[in-house]
Amino acid sequence: MTRPPVIHVAAIRKTYGRLVAVDEVSFDVQLGEIFGLIGPNGAGKTTTMECVEGLRMPDRGAISVLGLDPTRHAYALQERIGVQLQEAQLQKRIKVREAVALWASLYRRPVDGDRLIEQLGLRDKRNAWFMTLSGGQKQRLFIALALINDPELVFLDELTTGLDPQARRAIWDLVRGIRQRGKTVFLTTHLMEEAERLCDRVAIIDHGRIIDIGTPAELVRRHCPERSVMLVTEDSTASDRFRAIPKVQSVTSQGLQLTIRGREDDLVTHVIQCLAEHRIRVTDFRTELPTLEDVFLTLTGHTIRD
Amino acid sequence: MLRGLWRLTWLEIKIFVREPLGVIGTVGIPVLIYVGLGRLVSPRAGRVSPDLPRFVSVDLPIFTSLLIAASAVLSLVAIIAIYREGGILRRLRATPLRPHTILTAHVMVKLLFTATTLALMVLAGRRSYPMPANVPLASFTLALLFSTVSILSLGFLIASVVPTARFAQPIGTLILYPMLGLSGLFVPVGSLPPVLQVVARALPLTYAVSLLRGIWGGEGWAAHVGDIVVLTLMFFAFVAVSTKVFRWE
Repeated sequence: MTRPPVIHVAAIRKTYGRLVAVDEVSFDVQLGEIFGLIGPNGAGKTTTMECVEGLRMPDRGAISVLGLDPTRHAYALQERIGVQLQEAQLQKRIKVREAVALWASLYRRPVDGDRLIEQLGLRDKRNAWFMTLSGGQKQRLFIALALINDPELVFLDELTTGLDPQARRAIWDLVRGIRQRGKTVFLTTHLMEEAERLCDRVAIIDHGRIIDIGTPAELVRRHCPERSVMLVTEDSTASDRFRAIPKVQSVTSQGLQLTIRGREDDLVTHVIQCLAEHRIRVTDFRTELPTLEDVFLTLTGHTIRD
Repeated sequence: MLRGLWRLTWLEIKIFVREPLGVIGTVGIPVLIYVGLGRLVSPRAGRVSPDLPRFVSVDLPIFTSLLIAASAVLSLVAIIAIYREGGILRRLRATPLRPHTILTAHVMVKLLFTATTLALMVLAGRRSYPMPANVPLASFTLALLFSTVSILSLGFLIASVVPTARFAQPIGTLILYPMLGLSGLFVPVGSLPPVLQVVARALPLTYAVSLLRGIWGGEGWAAHVGDIVVLTLMFFAFVAVSTKVFRWE
């Protein structure tokens, strides 16, 4: 039994004058998953997300969110979704708890605002004015506002920008908690680590086009199947032993350091078994497994930071 | 559907009061100027000079009140433009909040402070501007609030479309001050060149002046039903159009 996707995007296109921000973008987001749209800044992530949220209208293509048209049924949709925008502002002198209370009053079934403030670590700032908050605190407030109506679908645009590593991990836990309660999350990020740790599936976008879609593991296997093991040994027979391992592609040496490359998932295991079997002594042992960053580089020819 | 209106209004009032400059500028300064002018014009407290020009004794209160209404409109336009430019409207857009709810909340805040300013002016200026005995103050206040609401709806419309705060002041000024000039306060509408007469009859201030003058002069509401009808129609028309053309960013 296949359930209809929570978000269905079909060939949307958005141009601003001569700039093509989003070009033939299509993807689906399934119920209960954390789906990430990943790519560098300016790739079209925010434009795509805002089209899906109903804040912008694509020039072409079709979008369906929870079965609704985000442009025509905007208000009905707003009841059921939570939105955290990338660049957002509030009145300068509004207090944190006032903002949360205002948002809560706009929806039919809001959650406990105070508890949400607590969960996001803003309890000490309940009565602080918006303009006195740090970047990270503002970000957390906006996340609270996105969750106040207990939405079925949450949109998070670059949600850990400006957060220190500790706050970042806390937010990741929060997002996983949302998924655990059966909600669906659609997020954008340019941080590969975030995508790898958080997302069930990702779509890679660059210059307005979707390059590939899949789980992080699938994408790595598909585009960067190569992995390496680096070790330092004085044993001169080691290289030949490693070359004998099935499916090893190359063994190169630089002084006493050997680099073993292969495409197989079990490469690391086989190397370790080989070390044990032949009692090869090593003084350093490292593995290099490709990440989504390597996938991006392979697919686009440039790093995500360029 | 105006969900969130009362909470937003109350919130905007609190936020406005938190900025001391705002309150001083909106309430304090007009009251001070009014009272100061009064001291200059009639230095002897309590007595209205019999040969005081009609403008001062009758039209000045009307002129002043309309000026306050005009400044309320300008600040309404300005604050919406600031919210728009600052991305606050954008954040509010991704909620069930409707544009007319936001505009109405700000209108109510402006009305409240306008009424407060006027009340303070009347109280503080009692000695310099003694009320002629037979002025129906309650009716006049009502007529004034009614006119302000109608004029503010024009502000609604301007606020819906002005893109940035920088344009808010010039556009508002460009529209409001000629409107004051054509409204019949200084020159009777009938004496204006025909083209300008047409323009004057399309502006809410003209009917507000007629209504306010009439009530102040004791003519009663019945004599000004036409003004009331036009002002009401204009209100609904401006509000309807502004909701359609509202720019979130």
